[in-house]
Amino acid sequence: MNNLIAILKKNVRQYMMVIALAVAMIAFGFLTDGIFFRPVNLTNLVLQNSYVLILAVGMLLCTLTGNVDLSVGSVVCFIGALCGVMMVDLQWNPYVAMLVALAVGALIGMWQGFWIAFVNVPPFIATLAGMLVFRGLGQVIMKGQTKAPFPREFQVIASGYIPDPLGGAVIGATKVHLFTLLIGFLIVLLIIFGEIKKRNKQKHYGFDVLPTGVWLAKVIFIAAALVAFTVVFSVYRGFPNILVLMGIFVVGYQFVASKTIQGRHIYALGGNRKAAELSGVKVKWVMFWIYTNMAVLAAVAAMVFTARLNSATPKAGQGFEMDAIAACYVGGSAVSGGVGTVIGAVVGGLFIGVLNNGMSIIGISTDWQQAIKGFVLLAAVAFDLYSKSRSSKVA
Amino acid sequence: MPDESILLSMKHITKSFPGVKALDDVNFDVKPAEIHALVGENGAGKSTLVKVLSGVYPHGTYEGDILFEGKNCTFANINQSERAGIVIIHQELALSPYLSIAENMFIGDERAKFNIINWDRTREDAMKYMHRVGLNENPNLPVNRLGVGKQQMVEIAKALAKHAKLLILDEPTSALNEKDSEHLLEILRELRDKSNISSILISHKLNEVAAVADSITILRDGKTIETLKVERDAGGKASISEERIIKGMVGREITEMYPKRDNPIGDVLFEIKDWTVYNPDNPERKKLDEVSINVRAGEVVGLAGLVGAGRTELAMSVFGSAYGEGIQGETWIAGEEVDISTIPKAIARGVAYVPEDRKEHGLVLIQSVKENITVAKLQKLARMAVINEHEENIVAEDFCKRLNTKTPTILQTTGHLSGGNQQKVVLSKWLFSDPRVLILDEPTRGIDVGAKHEIYLIINSLAAQGMACILISSEMPEIIGMSDRIYVMSEGKITAELPGETATQEEIMRNILNN
Repeated sequence: MNNLIAILKKNVRQYMMVIALAVAMIAFGFLTDGIFFRPVNLTNLVLQNSYVLILAVGMLLCTLTGNVDLSVGSVVCFIGALCGVMMVDLQWNPYVAMLVALAVGALIGMWQGFWIAFVNVPPFIATLAGMLVFRGLGQVIMKGQTKAPFPREFQVIASGYIPDPLGGAVIGATKVHLFTLLIGFLIVLLIIFGEIKKRNKQKHYGFDVLPTGVWLAKVIFIAAALVAFTVVFSVYRGFPNILVLMGIFVVGYQFVASKTIQGRHIYALGGNRKAAELSGVKVKWVMFWIYTNMAVLAAVAAMVFTARLNSATPKAGQGFEMDAIAACYVGGSAVSGGVGTVIGAVVGGLFIGVLNNGMSIIGISTDWQQAIKGFVLLAAVAFDLYSKSRSSKVA
Repeated sequence: MPDESILLSMKHITKSFPGVKALDDVNFDVKPAEIHALVGENGAGKSTLVKVLSGVYPHGTYEGDILFEGKNCTFANINQSERAGIVIIHQELALSPYLSIAENMFIGDERAKFNIINWDRTREDAMKYMHRVGLNENPNLPVNRLGVGKQQMVEIAKALAKHAKLLILDEPTSALNEKDSEHLLEILRELRDKSNISSILISHKLNEVAAVADSITILRDGKTIETLKVERDAGGKASISEERIIKGMVGREITEMYPKRDNPIGDVLFEIKDWTVYNPDNPERKKLDEVSINVRAGEVVGLAGLVGAGRTELAMSVFGSAYGEGIQGETWIAGEEVDISTIPKAIARGVAYVPEDRKEHGLVLIQSVKENITVAKLQKLARMAVINEHEENIVAEDFCKRLNTKTPTILQTTGHLSGGNQQKVVLSKWLFSDPRVLILDEPTRGIDVGAKHEIYLIINSLAAQGMACILISSEMPEIIGMSDRIYVMSEGKITAELPGETATQEEIMRNILNN
């Protein structure tokens, strides 16, 4: 038992948020008499938070460098407005318009990255300027109007579900989305296989590994949670398109951050910029691409958000930057940079999303929700600093 | 019974850090109205002694007694020592650049009543103290509009405003030109003669020391070697020569600390020609002036000089222009002129730089041993930018074994390793980058003796593999013990080239000072 507590303490930062997320979900399950776990609610939860999670993935890279991007909410507004003009006013082919929107996102990112990386404007200032500029320009091109409705092909991104080539099946009285089940189970198998492989490798190099019991509990917990969610989605309408898109982003960015040279360079820069530079990391270009990437993801988020609302509005994206930043810090990013994971940011974002959703169902007003979100952010970061200062005292 | 003829007496001061005795039974006395110079090599213990005196290292963290004006002192911090009348003026000036002379002078001691500052009195008092140091400026002028020499005067005036009885000046003239230096020394004499204020002068400039000091105390390896009394004849000529001081400073025997090396030395592998670099903070000033050096394959070449001579600046400006502006000159590797003007280019050409400040510039302290070792050449381990972690683990394990790096696993955070092991990780990083030219900047600073010896052995084995090594060190025995050839640098120029076998510390010191 003592052993177990020691292990939990040692990895507390890694597991704290996952545990907190699970606890929050279970608590809301009880508090809402199970409404929280209804398939339609969980699907909504994903749809409501998708754009913040996409932004959080990009924002994580900014926080790794010890900075943030304040402009993403305004970029969402601007790109949404652009989509409105292209698809609603000019009736462009939606796929062409989407490509143009992504390209414009990239240009916006390069613009900000240029000032940050090559003129040494502090990112806080450069993106604060971007926040004002793109909110303003967004309103300029919309001329204060709301643009709607969008073509069907565009709306499908955010409101559609993956098809079921297996045709579906009826078990009892419920229709089941078989393809969703299949994909879900395959993913679970992949994760279990990956965990076993990783553990064997760690043992091979003599690294500390979790005791078998704890490790098994962890794997079973993850597998069970994923199976449960797969089943829940399959009895509703299957995986939403947006969940698949998000899954691809999360896995892709987690891979880039943890397994590639580029990812390693970002962490090295965040940990000690001067040392990274003297080790041959092209720190300016790394900064440039991080901010370019952030704006491209903001463009993706803009399209998801616009498609979901089926309208582009001048107020779109307000406060998104703060939600994305909060997700990263709740998810374990260090304010000084160099520490944080994509998965952590997603878990942090989901935690905030679950709180929002659960509190809405219970009937807590959005004003309170806002305040509670603030306390959660403060508590998470304070806890992080506290546990860090304690562990450094031990060492 | 207080002794009137002694102002300050430090008795049997011993100060230890983990693994090092920085001060070992040091005795140091200063008389009233005396300019007392404190000299010694880098690391001899001068600044530690001053920190003990001023309360930076509070009472209880050292052994021994401090008597000031006959009273036993137990300073817990710098405020208490200042209240007693002991004021330090640091090498880097501690003025707030946008505040005026008068404001700076009374920071923390504002001329105020009920928390409201009386600006007229502030200016009036400021003028009074400025007059005493011969500073003829408007007290409302922001200090960043003054030159370094005048800023130094503001610092001294500020010290006088604190009713200093003993001034401690740490390398006060290192940033000053000759005229300003002379003025400063003149002020010290005046304060001594007119106001009975004593000074402790820490300086590498021995000509100044000989010119102004009444007594000279020499520290070496944390011990007081001797205190020399300086007499002056009618013409002001001092009874103590610079040579005499140097002898006291370096008179230490080199032991078997430095392992022998007998590998053959090949052709010139690395060459720097006519290298001129301007100071980025002051683009009109040359930091390096037409420096030319060469290193042969298998050779260790030492760069000797004082702090600020431009050795680190030479290394960093060569290594991918990591320092400096307006860099001119040529770099040659194996008889071919090469472009190493960015760090990635330098690494690709096989140049590696182990920086002076291992924690700030050498390592990412929050990352693991493994990540630090491979960061400079990840592409060796990657296919399509994806790192092969299996191979990476093998590489990291291998380097830890080869360099005898003591770490629980290669996943250990480097911030938790000892200084010697951290330095081995930095060395591993650069060895992994397959260098042909290895520049080592103070590779053994702050490392315990055992690890130092291991690092020397590593350097020798690298030379034996045909690498061209440049060794920068402020420890002269290390330079002499390790180098095949020694370049002496002073104020941005090469002032001598000496064979390592026959070079003596006196000879190097003379070449540094005779510039």
